[in-house]
Amino acid sequence: MNPSAAALKAQFGGAIRRVTTSCGATIVLVDAARVSDVLRWLKATPGEGYNYLADLTAVEHRDGERPLEVVYQLYAMERKVSLRVKVELPKDQALEVPSVVSIWRGADWMEREVYDMFGITFRGHPDLRRILMWETYAEGYPLRKDFPLRGRFSRAEQVRQALNANPEAHYSMEELSIAEAIHELPKDMRDRLARGERGQLPEPIEPSHG
Amino acid sequence: MGLTTVPGGGTGDTAVVAPVSPNWVTSRLDFLINWARSNSMWPMPFGTACCAIEFMASAAARYDLARFGMERMSFSPRQADVLLCAGRLPFKLAPVIRRIYDQMPQPKWVISMGACASSGGIFDNYAMVQGIDTVVPVDVYVPGCPPRPEGLIYGIMMLQKKVKGESLADPSIRNEQVIGPSGLPLPAERIDELSEPFGNSIHQTRSA
Repeated sequence: MNPSAAALKAQFGGAIRRVTTSCGATIVLVDAARVSDVLRWLKATPGEGYNYLADLTAVEHRDGERPLEVVYQLYAMERKVSLRVKVELPKDQALEVPSVVSIWRGADWMEREVYDMFGITFRGHPDLRRILMWETYAEGYPLRKDFPLRGRFSRAEQVRQALNANPEAHYSMEELSIAEAIHELPKDMRDRLARGERGQLPEPIEPSHG
Repeated sequence: MGLTTVPGGGTGDTAVVAPVSPNWVTSRLDFLINWARSNSMWPMPFGTACCAIEFMASAAARYDLARFGMERMSFSPRQADVLLCAGRLPFKLAPVIRRIYDQMPQPKWVISMGACASSGGIFDNYAMVQGIDTVVPVDVYVPGCPPRPEGLIYGIMMLQKKVKGESLADPSIRNEQVIGPSGLPLPAERIDELSEPFGNSIHQTRSA
């Protein structure tokens, strides 16, 4: 049993619903309303120091009555200790948890993946879009248990929607701004990128704005 | 060479070109042109999975694809003759391979390498195109999971044989097969039929 579980119980009391161990891993089930505080505390408290979010994923159990779970796999780099934190999301309520991107920057794409595959919304995420399926994907959330293996539409409809997806139209502003941000790069990198295939420097491009 | 468009031609998706009756000149020209084409095919490798590893092995020293005039990989579709799809194609890549195919100049051919590219293979699921022939027209299917380099080379030689049998007198093989107003390269029923589960995948259920 990871001693962080007892420390969490002392700190948060009733917000820690259940502590179990499985295959040597300590699993802490946390109240959805307090999960943001709990995770922030686990990272910031000196004795805990879970500074690495190894994985963020979700589970839907085969038993349809059981709630969905969002799983945070934490790791303390200095102490070499890991801890699993879970949040239960009942299916009759909004599938929503606070985003942890402000705590661990690396949660960004993992939360997008959980949103893409399970339809769980991460409140406060800076850019919550689908990440594996394309932007216009309309069949739902593929890893949910009610999702048919071959998708909801006919194969012809799937091909039609895929061919009409127009991938370029859905880049985020951040992705588009990479091309415009060349003026903010260091000079040597800018010169290297600006040099075309022939190794010549083209005329400097004027900034389009700002 | 018979590439004049028929007045008022162009029915539906394809432009109709006036046929030329085969004669001594065209058959000699056919021999020359097909000999040149079939022995200098530049492949556009579209490698998405393990088949691409076998394709690299085919191109490397031991199997040496250069013996068949394919030593020059054309990573630009504009200089390519053969689109070689080596690996599974998810729906997210379908518009990409379609655009690559559209950007290739005529004459062009497509080799579908491996079970996944040819039929979806074991990936009979929501994310995978069930055979690239539902997206682009295919000339040669190479079976295998993945095919050995010998298998791929056999497929390439089949394509060379096909090219050697083409004739200027039959311009219909050069018709650009574009996406129709329905947004599909084939009729919807054809795509549904081509994508039908077969083999072990018929035992998978559509329900949860």
